[in-house]
Amino acid sequence: MDCELPRAVIHGYLDGELDPVRAAEFERHLEECPECVTALESQESLRSSLHRAQLYEKAPPQLRQKVLAGMRPSEPISISSRRRPVIAQWLAVAAVLLLSLYSGWRLIPGLSEKNSQTALAAQIVDAHLRSLQPGHLTDVISTDQHTVKPWFDGKLDFSPPVQDFANDGFPLQGGRLDVVGGRTVAALVYGRRKHFVSVFIWPTTEKDEAARTGSQQGYNWINWRKNGMEFYAVTDAAAPDLTQLQALLSH
Amino acid sequence: MDQSLEEKGGGVLDALEAERFNLLVLPHLDSAFNLARWLVRNRTDAEDVAQEAMLRAYRFFGGFHGGDARAWLLQIVRNTCFTWLEKNRPPEPTAEFNEEVHVTNSVTPEALAIAGNNRDRLARALEALPPRFREVIVLRELEGCSYKEIAAITSIPIGTVMSALSRARRQLQVALVNPAREEAAHGL
Repeated sequence: MDCELPRAVIHGYLDGELDPVRAAEFERHLEECPECVTALESQESLRSSLHRAQLYEKAPPQLRQKVLAGMRPSEPISISSRRRPVIAQWLAVAAVLLLSLYSGWRLIPGLSEKNSQTALAAQIVDAHLRSLQPGHLTDVISTDQHTVKPWFDGKLDFSPPVQDFANDGFPLQGGRLDVVGGRTVAALVYGRRKHFVSVFIWPTTEKDEAARTGSQQGYNWINWRKNGMEFYAVTDAAAPDLTQLQALLSH
Repeated sequence: MDQSLEEKGGGVLDALEAERFNLLVLPHLDSAFNLARWLVRNRTDAEDVAQEAMLRAYRFFGGFHGGDARAWLLQIVRNTCFTWLEKNRPPEPTAEFNEEVHVTNSVTPEALAIAGNNRDRLARALEALPPRFREVIVLRELEGCSYKEIAAITSIPIGTVMSALSRARRQLQVALVNPAREEAAHGL
C-alpha cells in the first residue's frame, strides 16, 4: 500500500459528500493511483449490488392500521386517574353542556358554512399530499379513460365521470379511491406539465353551484357542483390551470 | 444521551397537531419499518418495534420543531431498536473491526460482483455486521440519507460519518466474499 490518502475519502467521493475542491483533488489523485481506482470500483460494485438486491422492506399494511389505532385514544392520563372533587365534576358537566350548545349553534347552516368549507379544503389538500407519497398516486394507472372508468365499478356506489384531456394539456394519469369527510370518493389524477392535479368526486343532493376557489398550504383548490356530483380539484400548479380543467370537466 | 431531541414536551396532541403528525411523520412509516427490520433482523419483531417507535414519536411530537421529519422519526426508531435489542437479544459484537486481520486486497470487484448477485447472501452479510455499522449502511444505501441526516439520526458527529461508512462497507465486503469466516467470527 503506497497510497497515503485516507481510505475514507473514497467514500466521501462515492457518496457525493466531498466539497468541490476536495472532489477535484481526489479525481486528480485517481489519475495516478491505480490502488484508489480499484478501491473505488469495488465500492461502486458493492453499492450497485446493494441497490440491485432491493433490500428495502416496506411496512406491512397492518402496521399502519395498528399505528393509527394506537393514536386515536388520546387520553390525558394524569388528570383522569386522579379523583376530582364533586364541584369539579359538576363544572365538567356544565362545560360539556355549554360546548354542545355551542357546537349545535355552529352546525346551523350558513353560520358554519365557511368553517366547514375550510375544513373540507384542508382535508382535500391533505388527501392530495398523501397521494404524492411514493406508490400512492394511483391505484389504477392508465391514460385511457375506458380503463379507468370501469375500474371504479363495484368499488363505489356511484359512477364518476372519467375523461382524458391530453389534447388540452391535462393527460389522465389514473385513478384511485380516497376518503374525504368520512366517505369513499373517486380521485382522478391528471398531469399538468410537471405537476399533478387530483380531482375528487362524490355524489351530492345539493343543486349545481358555480366554482369557488381558494388556496391552502400553498396548494390551489377549486370546488363546484354539477349534475349531482361534487368536484374538488387540488394542485400545486397555478390557479388558472384549475379553472381551465374545471371548464373541461364541466362540459 | 441518545434521547436528546425526542424527549421534550411529551403529551397529548390536539386535533391540529395530530393532523400535522399524520401529514409529516406518518408518511415515513416505511422508512421506520425498514430501519427496524434491519436492526432487529426480522419482520415480526420489527413490526412491534416500529409500532412502539411511531407511538413514541406521536407522544413526543410536541418536541419536534420542524425540519427533517424523517430524520427525527428515524432517530426515535433507532433508539427504540437499541433499547429493544438490549432487552431481548444477547449482546451483539460491537468490537471495532480489526482491519489488520481482515482486510485483504483480495476483495476484487469481480469476486464482489459475483457474491453481490445473491440477495440472500447480501442480506446475511449485512445482518452479520455489528448494529452500529449496519445502521449506517441501511441509512445510506437503502434510505438514501445524507451524511448530515445520518449524523442527526445516529448521534455520531458529522465528521465521523464518512469513516464509519468506510469501515462498515469494508467489513460488509469481507463478510460478503467470505461468509463462513464472518459467521464463525460472530458465533452465528
